[in-house]
Amino acid sequence: MTRHGCCGHRLWVNLRFDHAGFLSAFPSPATSQRKGLGDFFERVSMYPFHYQKANSVAQASAALARSGESRLLSGGMTLIPSLKHRLIQVDELIDISGIPGLSDIRMQGDQLWIGAGATHQQVAQHAQVRAFSTGLADLAGLIGDPQVRARGTLGGSVANNDPAADYPAAVLGLAASIVTSHREIAADDFFKGMFATALAPDEVIEGLRFAHPLKSAYAKFRHPATGYAMAGVFVAQTDAGAWRVAVTGATDGVSRWPEAEAAAGQSPADLRFVHDGVLDDIHAPAAYRTHLVSLLYAQAVTRLS
Amino acid sequence: MRPISLTVNGHTHAVDVEDRTLLADLLRDQLHLTGTHVGCDTSQCGCCTVLMDGDAIKSCTVLAVQAEGAHITTIEGLAQGPDLHPIQAAFSQCHGLQCGFCTPGMIMATAGLLSHTPQPTEAQILEGLAGNLCRCTGYIHIVESVKLAAQTLQEKSA
Repeated sequence: MTRHGCCGHRLWVNLRFDHAGFLSAFPSPATSQRKGLGDFFERVSMYPFHYQKANSVAQASAALARSGESRLLSGGMTLIPSLKHRLIQVDELIDISGIPGLSDIRMQGDQLWIGAGATHQQVAQHAQVRAFSTGLADLAGLIGDPQVRARGTLGGSVANNDPAADYPAAVLGLAASIVTSHREIAADDFFKGMFATALAPDEVIEGLRFAHPLKSAYAKFRHPATGYAMAGVFVAQTDAGAWRVAVTGATDGVSRWPEAEAAAGQSPADLRFVHDGVLDDIHAPAAYRTHLVSLLYAQAVTRLS
Repeated sequence: MRPISLTVNGHTHAVDVEDRTLLADLLRDQLHLTGTHVGCDTSQCGCCTVLMDGDAIKSCTVLAVQAEGAHITTIEGLAQGPDLHPIQAAFSQCHGLQCGFCTPGMIMATAGLLSHTPQPTEAQILEGLAGNLCRCTGYIHIVESVKLAAQTLQEKSA
């Protein structure tokens, strides 16, 4: 989990470049941890930081409030690459992975609770999650690759709010509640565009609460190199006659798609994705992404269960 | 420097690391287990894959301090005794490698896959190795190797 507002647009561009393998896009380090391989093979080392473990959410929140430039560390699947490439520099890393109970998955009455520290692998393989929402379990199994899913966490993905991340689509599509050290935030009020959320600087996500959808499905077109969503569409029937459709990857931040929600689980031929913030970059032009969103919606609808 | 303790291939090590030391660098530079390769350093190639508490993970994207108390298995610790582990033997038999650079990661990712999916379909094998890149051979012989390894392990456990 990273702090609200930690990442700017530049980071996002660089990370995408990085994942596509353009290491030369990064500035050379002045020094390296490694000796003996010659200048050519010198590796970038992270700027120094201080590492500490938090034993409770309250302790993590207090540590965030206390230190200067600090970040929460959970799975670290975005944070550690960002540090390695010197895209960010921190004074303090606060490891929350050892906080007891933070990765629990359990029913709370008729709602599903997933702790912020639950890994993608845990969510993808959890029978209760699959029985509760097929779309959510499928989505977790489509993130990154097996090694990433073994470490990356729900809370980290949601707090980072990468515009190409998968989880924000499920959280918004299922109208989940984000439970933090401070309060409970509705998904509709949580995501604030590219890498921005409603989290305060010292606010720590404890977990997410999901209401039982009647049906749900997720369809994704993954970038072949990064595994991120070039576009991803989450469709959920949350109640009789109530539909929610969330789109990730294609725009500058996860968003609902009202026209598709009005289509109520059908896919009319004239349904078009219209949005002001469709991404247009080296990976795909805007028209391509717009088209993908329509196709993925139609695909998700056929998989609803 | 910070003292940490972790178990690698069954042996407990007490070492001093910087907070920013990566697990891959601890394994290679301090414990001299150089079978764990660093191929890309951008979390893409999977050559640095090891098992951490049973899960395949990329050791270039984990801090050594995060592995405090963990059980790590590297390619050097896979075989018990002088004979190759069945996964290693299968990669050898099926020519699942050419230059060999990606092979330790491929084998450790396979170990992770087969631990929870002992009889994988071809699609499950491809997904299971999605975090590992081979730049020599293509993947046909690698997939064959995983199939043979799964079969051998099944026969051994039967």
